[in-house]
This record gives sequence, C-alpha cells and structure tokens, in this order.
Amino acid sequence: MIAVDNGVNVQALLDARDVLTGAPEAAQFTWRASAKWENGVRSTTTVRDFFGLGQEQSHKTESVFSADHPAVFAAEDNGITPIEYLLVGLASCLTAGVASVAQNRGIQLRSVESTVEGKHDIRGILGVDSDVRNGYTDITVKFAIDADASKEDIEALVAQSQKRSAVFDALTNPTNVTVELA
Amino acid sequence: MVIGAGHAGLAASHFLSGRGIDHVVLERGEVANSWRRERWDSLRLLTPNWQSRLPGLRYEGLDPDGYMTMGEVVGLIARFAAVCRAPVETGTNVTAVRRTDDGYRVTTDLGEIGCRAVVIASGAFNRPSVPEFGAAVPPGVEQLTPFDYREPARLPDGGVLVVGASATGVQLAAELRRSGRPVTLAVGEHVRLPRTYRGRDVLWWMEESGMWDQRHDEVDDLTRARRLPSPQLVGTPERTTLDLNALAALGVELVGRWAGVRDGEALFSGGLRNVFSLADLKMGRLLATFDEWARTHGRDAEVDAPERFAATRVPASPRLRLDLASGEIRVVVWATGFRPDYGWLKVPVVDQKGRLRHDGGVVDSPGLYALGLPVLRRRKSTFIHGIEDDARDVVDHLARYLATRPVGAARGAASAP
Repeated sequence: MIAVDNGVNVQALLDARDVLTGAPEAAQFTWRASAKWENGVRSTTTVRDFFGLGQEQSHKTESVFSADHPAVFAAEDNGITPIEYLLVGLASCLTAGVASVAQNRGIQLRSVESTVEGKHDIRGILGVDSDVRNGYTDITVKFAIDADASKEDIEALVAQSQKRSAVFDALTNPTNVTVELA
Repeated sequence: MVIGAGHAGLAASHFLSGRGIDHVVLERGEVANSWRRERWDSLRLLTPNWQSRLPGLRYEGLDPDGYMTMGEVVGLIARFAAVCRAPVETGTNVTAVRRTDDGYRVTTDLGEIGCRAVVIASGAFNRPSVPEFGAAVPPGVEQLTPFDYREPARLPDGGVLVVGASATGVQLAAELRRSGRPVTLAVGEHVRLPRTYRGRDVLWWMEESGMWDQRHDEVDDLTRARRLPSPQLVGTPERTTLDLNALAALGVELVGRWAGVRDGEALFSGGLRNVFSLADLKMGRLLATFDEWARTHGRDAEVDAPERFAATRVPASPRLRLDLASGEIRVVVWATGFRPDYGWLKVPVVDQKGRLRHDGGVVDSPGLYALGLPVLRRRKSTFIHGIEDDARDVVDHLARYLATRPVGAARGAASAP
C-alpha cells in the first residue's frame, strides 16, 4: 500500500492538538497586519509578525498586499478590492482544510480547485438604500476535487473543512470589531 | 453509597444487592424524580417499549413498538425499585461528598454518613445550559428552559424562537408550531435520524447491528461522542420522523446557529447549509453501515428494502438577524442542552468544563464511580436499557476494589445534624 501524501504534516497537527489540550494559554494567537494609505483608494498592507505558542513569531518573509478598486469605481485598479481579499482568505482556508482532512482520513488528492463568488449589492456602500447591507449578501464556493475516494467521502471532506475553517467561521458568525485611534 | 434513585442508581443497587454489598441509595426527592418533575407533558421515551428494559424487568405490555409516556416511565422505574428492593432513602439531598482516609463522607440535609465507595448516579441532565448571551435578550421577551416548559397553552400567544435542534428542540418546535404559533428554530450541529428504517425502528438497528454496544474505548473521538446532541427523534404512536424537513413542512422557519445578540438583534450563523450537509452525510454513512451489516449477517430478508432520504432542504435565504425588540418573538425556548451538577462533589475530579474525569465510570479517585452519563462505557449508556451492562461492569469494579481494601474504620456511622 502506498502511503497517502498530500504534503500535510497531519501528525504535527495532531500532536499540537494533544499538547494544546492541556495548555490553552499557548493556543492563544494574535494575527497582525499593518496598512498604509498610498493615494486615492489605494493602500498597501504588510504582514510579517504574529504571536503564538507564548511568544512572538515571524513569517519567513514579509508579504505585501496592494488593495485598490477597479476602474468602474473610478479608481486606478492597482490591486484587488478589499472585499475580494475575503474571498482569497475563504478559498485558501477551505482548500487547506480539504488537504488536511484528506490526509487525516487517508485520502490521496490529485487536484483541488475551487471558485468563489460573493454577491454584493453596492447600493449599501454607496448609501443609496439603508436597507441594503454593506457586505456580501451571499457567498458561493464551488469545489472540483479529484481524489481516490467516493463522492460521499469527498462531500464529507468539504463539509469537514468548513466545520474547522477559521475564515468560514469568521464570515458566517459575528465577531466583535473595535476600531479606534492609536 | 449510591447517589440518585433514577434508573441508573437503582441498577447499581440491583447489582450491589446481587453481590451482597451493603449499601443505601440516597434520593433528593422521590424515585425517578427528574422524570416526575423536570420533563414536559407530551414527552415520551425515544426508545420503543420492547427496548425500554431494566435488569430483570422486560416489557410485557401490549404495545412493544410504542413509546412510554412520562407517567409510564415513572411507573417502570418505581416498579424496578420495588422488584429489586432497593434500600432508597427518599427526600435526602446530598450536599457534600468529601474524601476521607479510607473512603468518603457524604453530607446530606439529614446528617453525615461514612462509606467506603460512592456511585454517582445523579444524572447527566441536572441543569439546562443557556449561552451567556441569553443575558442580552431584551426583558420583554420571556425565556424558558425545558425545565420550565410544560405545554404550549402556558406560553403567551405570539412567536417563539426555539434554540437548538436536538430531540428536545425539534419536539418543542413541532408542538409549539402545531399550537398555531409562528416558530423559528435556530439550528447548529445536529444528529438526523429517521424514526424507522427499512420497516424497523432506527433504534432496533442501533441495537441489532451492535452499534450501540460499541465500547467507550473503541469510539474514535470519545470527547466528541460524549457531547453529541441527542438525535432528532420523537416517540409517537404514529412512529413519525421529525427531521428538519418535517419541521419545515409544518411551517417552522429554520435559521442558523444563534451566535449572539447585538443591539437587541439575534444574529444567526450563515453556516446553516453546512450543518445540514454534515448531518445528512453522517446519517447516510450510518444507514450504509446498517445495510452492510444486514447484508453480511444474512438479515436482509427480515427487513424492507434499503431506503435513502431526501437531503435537508436549505431555505432560500435563511435570516441572519432577528430584531428581538420588534415583538415578533415573545418567547425564547433554550433547548441548548443540559449539564450535570457536581456542585456538591468536594473531590477534585471535575475538569474545568464541569465534566467528571472518569474512565468508563471509574472516577479518578479510588472508590468513586459514576453511572448514567453519555457514552460512559458504551454508546447506549444514557438510554434506559443501556444501564444494565454499565451497572454490572461498574459494580464488578467496585466489588474488586472493596475486596482488595481491608475494611477500615469507615463504617456507616450516621450522626444526627
């Protein structure tokens, strides 16, 4: 029998789960991003440091994200729209979940592709109609997965990846957000 | 010393008597107290009558496929207490259990008793658990737990928000909807089951296939199994299935898990579709396991053909928020589970989440035992018929424990307060 390898170190994750069960304080992470206004509706956000396992941590390299708005918003389109970053987060989180769950369940993946669509009524942000919300009204993720598993097992992978997804939770459940002057 | 004269404590007494172990069963109220006082009027057991058996007591009535009313359950347990001549001290509330050098000191409202071993059989459903954000529900909305609820007529007219889709939640939602009230049901993770499968009660399958006998040390994720919500079942003479599709057909509005309250608004999770998927997939796997068992054990001939059930229908656009101050909702019913109450247990065996630390009912303190908790030793542990095997095993362990310990000074010396 060939060992399943999706490139996910599930053992490390399971070990971490065991360790953190007895040490909830080490499980407290803080993720950070710093943004800077460039011009117009364009900004640059950098991500490098975070806190976790009781100490400061850093990514191997700093990542820089440009956000702007498209020409139809009368902007220069030097980057994707902030709300599109939510789709990036959701898709990448669910995909990581599919790979991890598949590894844990002994399912070899050959390809995992998804498309994410967020329906957005921009009358909200433009203040046209106060009954229309600012954010997405509906998000749809469509997965195409090729794997050594039955259709039911693949459906279960996708369901479990949602159940354990940080971004899925952050989008589907309310979160307290505090915005203040430093 | 056995604490609690429900079916679990009485089963312990049955096996203790069988081994000639001197004991007393302490009961805060009457035999089967919670079944008498902490259940709603229409409730019936989830297990069919033929399955609702206790050690030495089989169902001999005329309706083996029916489900007992609460009055019948109380009758069954009272009969069991009489048949096994359990030494029950009713009206004796245990206020503290402390460890001593050679056993335990049990304090009750009538005095103190020393003993060498204690069996905790005080139940798994002592206190309804209500999320903290219940405090943020506007005062104009009445809040009830299943302990407060008796029947729809005692509620004010108007909309009801039932929280939780376990057996309790779906039963109360259906009953309240049938009383003519608009009902909204907040649905988190749940366990979907058909009442009958291939012509047999689904719990017949659980029993016959051996699923229910699966031991606690064979279950993949025991922590999860122990906190699984009760399955969406109801015991009715018609043996009807009460899943979310049935509730939607009755006109119950389904919304996502109630996540919090902000500015007087209830906020529901947008993840409803996935909790449907999880439950549908899990039910499909269970039914496939039953089919496989029937096939490989040559049982196909005694049951009907395999069935598959429609997926849970997702409402077009489930509401994400509901203004609790608008008057639309007059009552919130919290069907959000129950917790055991160990406030009286002064032995450090309760974890930070209020759960007893035990391995198959053998509590993490010598001579201390538990019975009647979810998946205590087997998947069937909390069901009436599940107590027999558990109680026998636990009393076996207790007897071995007593045999290896010399009798010390901890005689049953009662003292008046």
